[in-house]
Amino acid sequence: MIQNLASRRFGGISAVAVAAALALSGCASAAAPAAPASGASSAASAPAANPTTAASLTDFGSMANLEAAAKAEGSLNVIALPRDWANYGAIIDAFKAKYPEITVKEQSPDVSSAEEIQAAKTNDGLDTAPDVFDVGLAVALQNKDVFAPYKVATWADIPDALKDADGKFYGDYGGYMSVGYDSAKFPAPTTIDDLLKPEYKGAVAINGDPTQAGAAFAAVGLATVQTGGSLDDFSAGIDFFSKLGKAGNLLKVDVTTATVASGETPVVFDWDYLNASHKKDKASWKVVVFPGKGYAGYYNQAINAKAPHPAAARLWEEFLYSDQVQNLWLAGGARPIRMEAMTKAGTIDATLAAALPAAPSETLVATEAQSSAAGKLLGEKWAAAIK
Amino acid sequence: MTTFSARLDLVTESVGGDSPRPRARRLPVAHLGLVPFAGYVVIFLVLPTVLAVFTGLFDKAGHLTMDNFTALGDPVILETFWNSTWLSALTAAVGAVAGAAVCYALLGIPAQHPIRSTVDALAGVLAQFGGVMLAFVFIAAMGRNSVLVEVLSSLGIDLYASSNWLYELPGLILPYLYFQIPLMVITFAPALEAIKPQWAEANLTLGGNRWTFWRRIALPVLAPSFAASFLLLFANSFSAYATAAALASQGSQIVPLQIRAALTSETVLGRENLAGALAFGMIAVMAVVMTCYALIQRRAERWRA
Repeated sequence: MIQNLASRRFGGISAVAVAAALALSGCASAAAPAAPASGASSAASAPAANPTTAASLTDFGSMANLEAAAKAEGSLNVIALPRDWANYGAIIDAFKAKYPEITVKEQSPDVSSAEEIQAAKTNDGLDTAPDVFDVGLAVALQNKDVFAPYKVATWADIPDALKDADGKFYGDYGGYMSVGYDSAKFPAPTTIDDLLKPEYKGAVAINGDPTQAGAAFAAVGLATVQTGGSLDDFSAGIDFFSKLGKAGNLLKVDVTTATVASGETPVVFDWDYLNASHKKDKASWKVVVFPGKGYAGYYNQAINAKAPHPAAARLWEEFLYSDQVQNLWLAGGARPIRMEAMTKAGTIDATLAAALPAAPSETLVATEAQSSAAGKLLGEKWAAAIK
Repeated sequence: MTTFSARLDLVTESVGGDSPRPRARRLPVAHLGLVPFAGYVVIFLVLPTVLAVFTGLFDKAGHLTMDNFTALGDPVILETFWNSTWLSALTAAVGAVAGAAVCYALLGIPAQHPIRSTVDALAGVLAQFGGVMLAFVFIAAMGRNSVLVEVLSSLGIDLYASSNWLYELPGLILPYLYFQIPLMVITFAPALEAIKPQWAEANLTLGGNRWTFWRRIALPVLAPSFAASFLLLFANSFSAYATAAALASQGSQIVPLQIRAALTSETVLGRENLAGALAFGMIAVMAVVMTCYALIQRRAERWRA
């Protein structure tokens, strides 16, 4: 009897052991890492540039060499670029039209900046790793070791405060925190305290959770500076939203284009370019940027140091910082990073620039120290404040 | 009774166990059939669970640390564990009782009847109907701009007078019940069907009535299955993520949402390993609940020969 029990148990264990061995051997055979194409060597005249280490256009010799190298790679992986976010749809289509030899793969449009970096780490060595990132400042500062330094041709036009000195990341577009509202149902708020009034009962929503999403974080930042607080201490902003919740005006549903179009979220705290994109879904949608102190935020471009298509990634960056695409971002309602330089040079689209909501007199951008302190404070206080 | 049948078992086994050789030769081959399933379980269940939970022991740089586990004592995290627990317990309890009532009602209908087969099929579908679709169903049916609210407000009733409860923790109760009750119907119906009418007849012949039948025969027999179904409902509700993420995500009030916040936040960074500790906490809660279930099982075993 004991012998039978032992052999039965042995049989069971051996089955699991065989299964485990098969499973682990399957995992061990990793996919061959995609070799970065040194297609530049196909160019006749210029010395072959290694796209993985190229730090600027001069390393390639000329734009034509960069284009040839990128076309030889034939593919580009972009991530977290929703088509209706600051006109990215038109920008991607313009790139596809200009370089039909390069297949653009749009991965995971709705993930956060942190998830972009995670995607790069999880897909390390595979052909599906993202080539380029568009991340918020906090994530960019924390993950500089993931980026390859590259300075685009128009590097000098980017304000110093909005780029990394080594070229690891650089601002691409930005906007002010604004309030969008359905003008057919609600009066225009002139100050932030107007939103505490009973006319806005159950109507005010923010784009996400401030402990997770940059846009919601900025909404608390805007509330902080507009209620007389400073960016060193976000408690003024948390208090404002707590008051909003107690007045019954705070709506806790997640904002998407669909909720705005259906009328579920009639008053929304969001970036001005995102609020502007709702106008085509709702004719009565208006956007207001409160005067006085404005909370601005810029997103940042970066190239993956282990990009599977390094030349295509660099070509994408050169493309994004060209006049044509900066104006496309302007068409999306965002403020392109080269706006000042282009206005001086006269290459900015004046009609679109005039259509932007008036900039507040003072622009405040949170520093890294202020952001991390605020993040910590929100982690402790936000959930209890809006209960 | 127990000792007699045990002695009987020993006798039959010693008689039949005289030829171990043929049995030993057959055993290993039969167990090879288990290999594909075992492989599947190891790769997709055991390995990810172990990896995920043990990330809680490391920090971002890969060094061993207990910081993530001490962070579990944070008042915000403890509050979310409490929220998850009471929400799961409430929806499991209500779902179990309501589901059992539905099963009992179905007993009176013959097995081939269209109503019975429809309810069975519907229960199978609705038990898995969770996530974003369910959240949308509730927003469309009962949200601020829905038909129901319009009709009620024309009658003078404001469903959201006190607060926008649909998008907060209480608003999760109804959507969760939507899949808890069908799940209970699926898992508990066989147990109810196993109650033999002969027991009811025996109860009557021995002088009992409906009350004694339920209290002394049916409920003790059903208790283990009921507890097991309750446990399943609790686990189902405890780990439900997509519905809450779509409906009540502001403030991350329950543990799965806290795990999401730790992993994907772009404003509070560097907390990915906390997710492993949170997962470990969830497993600990489930272990406690399963221990209670095992105790109930052991007590109910008394009623089985």
